[in-house]
Amino acid sequence: MSKAASQSRADWTFKVITAACALVVIVLMGGILVELLRNSGMSIRQFGFGFLTSTEWNPYAGEFGAASSIFGTVVSTAIAMLLAVPLSLIIAIYLVEVAHPKASRIIGGGIELLAAVPSIIYGMWGLFVFAALMQEHVQPWLGKYFGFLPLFQGPPMGIGMLTAGLILTLMVLPFITAVTRDVLQMVPPVLKESAHGVGATMWEATRHIALKYGRRGIVGAVFLGFGRALGETMAVTFVIGNSHRISSSLFDAGNTIASSLANEFNEASEPIYLSSLFELALVLFLLTLLFQTAAHFWVSRMQRQEAGDR
Amino acid sequence: MRGVRKSVLAIAALALVGSLVVPAMAAKTLNGAGATFPEPIYSVWMHKYNELKGVRVNYQGIGSSGGQRQIKAKTVDFGGSDAPMKGPDLREAGLIQFPMVIGGVVPIVNVQGVGPGELKLTNEALAAIFAGEITFWDDEAIKATNPDLALPNEPITVVHRADGSGTTWIFTNFLDKVSASWHEKAGFGKVVPWPVGVGAKGNPGVAAYVQRVNGSVGYVEFAFAKQNDLSYVTLKNHAGEWVQPTIESFQEAAANADWVNSDSYYLVLTDQPGDGSWPIAGATFILIHKDQPDAATAKAMFEFFDWCYDHGDEMAMAKDYVPVPDNVVGMVRATWGLEVTSGGKAVYK
Repeated sequence: MSKAASQSRADWTFKVITAACALVVIVLMGGILVELLRNSGMSIRQFGFGFLTSTEWNPYAGEFGAASSIFGTVVSTAIAMLLAVPLSLIIAIYLVEVAHPKASRIIGGGIELLAAVPSIIYGMWGLFVFAALMQEHVQPWLGKYFGFLPLFQGPPMGIGMLTAGLILTLMVLPFITAVTRDVLQMVPPVLKESAHGVGATMWEATRHIALKYGRRGIVGAVFLGFGRALGETMAVTFVIGNSHRISSSLFDAGNTIASSLANEFNEASEPIYLSSLFELALVLFLLTLLFQTAAHFWVSRMQRQEAGDR
Repeated sequence: MRGVRKSVLAIAALALVGSLVVPAMAAKTLNGAGATFPEPIYSVWMHKYNELKGVRVNYQGIGSSGGQRQIKAKTVDFGGSDAPMKGPDLREAGLIQFPMVIGGVVPIVNVQGVGPGELKLTNEALAAIFAGEITFWDDEAIKATNPDLALPNEPITVVHRADGSGTTWIFTNFLDKVSASWHEKAGFGKVVPWPVGVGAKGNPGVAAYVQRVNGSVGYVEFAFAKQNDLSYVTLKNHAGEWVQPTIESFQEAAANADWVNSDSYYLVLTDQPGDGSWPIAGATFILIHKDQPDAATAKAMFEFFDWCYDHGDEMAMAKDYVPVPDNVVGMVRATWGLEVTSGGKAVYK
């Protein structure tokens, strides 16, 4: 056999093996979707579209609706993103642009450590330490000064939607910060130096050069955090209060799709109950898929715009 | 170096052979799965039994519904369930059930100035609190039975289980029996549509929420309340007496229950007669197939259950569970002898 032929055979083998491994991802994803669809068939047939809009969740009567879980998932994630995104950007900018390299290394290490803490730890800390803080200080204060808003009414229980949102904030913060920091570090120094050269301040150089250069990566970082907040289970289950009701107050208890699944899957005895839980999982799966696809389109649109800018 | 590698290989080979041989002697391992409520006492029994007899019994606490599913699917030798199965369902699945150990559920509160056992609640008041009909601690219905307590004008926060649970099943079964309004609003089950309140995961979760939130009320398994010094409530029982949750008051509830006339031991120990009976008790059950595929396994299983009934009482009480009354154990043994066969022959003699 000639050397060229053996080389092309090696290439071919390499291609096939890598392609097969990559295919596993697609097969897995398709498999999960099919399985979720199959298992939730009974619930889909029985409740139809009403499943998404009904707040009824009554295993005793066999009535199920996902509205309160979807609401809780969206609200807790929204709280987390509203707080975590600006905060992460500020921390990342500080680490890359402002801080002394030594301080940056120490704080950066701390952030990576935080990102590695298992979610159950956040849940336990949230319930035993953070909820007490919320009950004794934060919620009474909010109730006193912002109690005119329906958002901050009701007895301060320490647990509930707001606490869950804040715990999620703490959980996604290190993720977004760490990736954003890496993105900002990739900005070629020569760009920033030229900005300073033409008289830009530190803020102007950051705002117009670093953030603009790295914005695709930053969007990616945000969506990484978003995905984690959307599907987070244990930590939320500990502090959200787990009630299938929609309330205008953030002090009130709520639930998310993931927390309902974690709580109720074990003891779901009736077929329709089990099927409804599977449909909840399907909703979460599709919700995640929807947001990922939206993010993908957004990033590629930005790419096109950037190409247009040049 | 080479010697080391050889001996490593030899050990690996031995381990492999060992792992192949052990399952072949497998009648020595029994597998069960189900309710989490009795898991602490089951694990004590299983550990002790293994020490004494060298028989391994595994029990996975996967929940009562899971236990019923697993035994029906025959993936385990026995299932565990807090909620008894109804007679017709048992017969359809070819199963028998029997009570293994008894426990109780106690309401717990976190109200300023109220210690364990100090708050007295009537059945109606307890049901009304959980139904969201009584919303403040200084409500007349609560004050009436507690003239000596200075009850605060604080809102009541109800804490219930968020996960499906046998504890919830027993507790709501009691509320359902004593309150028509509760029956209409929520009924009973492992998960019910709670009219008010917040949900927490597991007994530890409920306890943590109640300790956390001022003015809250919840319910936990007795063993858990006792070991964590939670403020339990004094209740009025079926006979109209005020009772506190103790091993004795659970025993009395179990002894006064009408086991003889029950269909396949389908009996819930809530609201039972007897002056000293605690009103919210429940047995936890074992499920096995009537037709055992392997006589040796079935025999080993009965030996274990027999041993638990004969020698497990003190261990159970040390863990704050109540043993099944002796007359009921006699009935259970008779059931085993009559109903369980393997290859057409009775297994238990």
